[in-house]
Amino acid sequence: MSTQDVMPGDVLLNLENVSLSFGGVKAIKNVGFDIIKGEVRAIIGPNGAGKTSMLNVINGFYHPQEGVITYKNVQRSKMKPYVAASQGISRTFQNVALFKGMSTLDNIMAGRTLKMHKNFFWQMLRFGPALQEEMAHRRKVEEVIDFLEIAHIRRTPVGRLPYGLQKRVELARALAMEPELLLLDEPMAGMNLEEKEDMSRYILEVNAEFGTTIALIEHDIRVVMDLSDRVVVLNYGEKLADGTPQEVSSNQAVIDAYLGVGH
Amino acid sequence: MFYRETGQFKTTYEADSAVFPILQDRIGIAAMLVFMFVVVPLFANDFVINAIMIPFLIFALAAIGLNILTGYTGQISLGTGAFMGVGAYACYKLTSIFPDVSIIVMVLTSGFFSALVGVIFGLPSLRIKGFYLVVTTLAAQFFLEWAFIRIPWLYNYNDSGAIEVPARSSFGVIITGASATPTARYMVVLCIVVAMTWIASNLIRGRIGRSWMMIRDMDIAAELMGVRPLYAKLSAFAVSSFYAGVAGAMMVFFWLGAAEVESFNSDNSFLILFMVILGGLGSIMGAYMGAAFIWILPILLRAAPEFFGIDVGADTMEHINFMIIGALIIFFLIVEPHGLAKLWQIAKEKLRTWPFPYA
Repeated sequence: MSTQDVMPGDVLLNLENVSLSFGGVKAIKNVGFDIIKGEVRAIIGPNGAGKTSMLNVINGFYHPQEGVITYKNVQRSKMKPYVAASQGISRTFQNVALFKGMSTLDNIMAGRTLKMHKNFFWQMLRFGPALQEEMAHRRKVEEVIDFLEIAHIRRTPVGRLPYGLQKRVELARALAMEPELLLLDEPMAGMNLEEKEDMSRYILEVNAEFGTTIALIEHDIRVVMDLSDRVVVLNYGEKLADGTPQEVSSNQAVIDAYLGVGH
Repeated sequence: MFYRETGQFKTTYEADSAVFPILQDRIGIAAMLVFMFVVVPLFANDFVINAIMIPFLIFALAAIGLNILTGYTGQISLGTGAFMGVGAYACYKLTSIFPDVSIIVMVLTSGFFSALVGVIFGLPSLRIKGFYLVVTTLAAQFFLEWAFIRIPWLYNYNDSGAIEVPARSSFGVIITGASATPTARYMVVLCIVVAMTWIASNLIRGRIGRSWMMIRDMDIAAELMGVRPLYAKLSAFAVSSFYAGVAGAMMVFFWLGAAEVESFNSDNSFLILFMVILGGLGSIMGAYMGAAFIWILPILLRAAPEFFGIDVGADTMEHINFMIIGALIIFFLIVEPHGLAKLWQIAKEKLRTWPFPYA
């Protein structure tokens, strides 16, 4: 399936009437929204609203029973996650999903897997083209390491790193894929104020410097207000509101969903 | 004090990602190679070469193979013995059909047969994990053992049901069969094992090795990074079985001289799995350490009373041997569950700052 390039300002990903259910449980009910190339799009909502399910639909883990997904102007059929990865969608997870036995460097190198093509024979010899390829990607990885300021933990197995740094390594791994659409699932969960500020800075820099489109799920409402260009609000699998942070925060349905309704 | 990388600067990524980035390690490994290639053939007697060095190298190679599958890809297998058998029987058939082709070529070719069988028995790994996969690899073990007995074509319809190694020479030197000298056989085994160790270490450090480890550590995230589980798992089964197959062929052709189905039973699978676990999952150095611990240490212990002039009966010594080895296995696994290789790594870390750890 080939995709067409999208200019900044055009719709990168469009979801229409997406419904997803597991047996009798309806996780997402008839939700539709779009993500425009170059923007920071936040997906918010109370626990169990279907935010993570939404990301899983976008990168091919879940296959919605109904709905139309258009990515880069091409309607998408049922696909595997690695196909989504090869089309430029990468993500981080709510519970850090790093390769715990591998070093930071290897974890980030793992993000380059799809860009490496030298075959088994050359890999076996680790000589000539295979070595050149490996080193070219190492150079790219070192740029990401510099960008996220994690040079000092390059050789550390990620299992030994504190949580905040693990989150940062996971972002580095996603960035090493040079994604067009970066999905961040609660990038700041469990972080202290300083770490949140750092992470916010990185997210804005990624967006500004590489022009990466970002879709993020976040509970810290101030972070969402500051970072995102547009916000979509989900509640019990349904879309409550969609708009700029200001519009959404003054929407009565959203306030009710978050604060409850007086009786 | 002596083991320190101070002043050794890396100016290229190539140098930085070398297997042994520290000079002292490179000296150490060079010394080991000189010992193996020069000192052992010149000075070791036939017993040492035949009973210690050759089987040690062959088991180390099989352990590297299993380590690729279990240590690096996270798929536990109890079929190593049978995959070694496939290599051995394949090599036997190949050299019977094509007696003029060099036996070294045949040993390496037989690895491909083993790889193919390994891939077939690796197919269940796409659906099941952990203990359930262990059971399916055990099925491979039983099925292949059955095949080695019930398909007489495999052992050329011998009355004994065993395969016996014919004499074959390479470059004018007889390297298999009863008339081959231990040193000649040792040198062939050593060359193959060193070359295959080098290849394994290359594979592991590259894209393919990383995709194996990604599958091991977090298969969901691996898929997201673009690793196809089918390809990664089956390639690990193929490479692992290739190594087991070559090890099995060498075991018969360069060590035992003859073999029947018992040589490849599940005891053998367990032995190699223990080598891998004790040596360290996910470490090539560990495969050697595990093989040395399980193969060489008992032989040394057996020889110890005589060496010190203590008179202990042979069977008493055998019992003591079992107890000591058993206790040591438990001791090392408690001290460091990640194996001897990890212990060695910790020792090196400590050595870097010794004798001033806080300076």
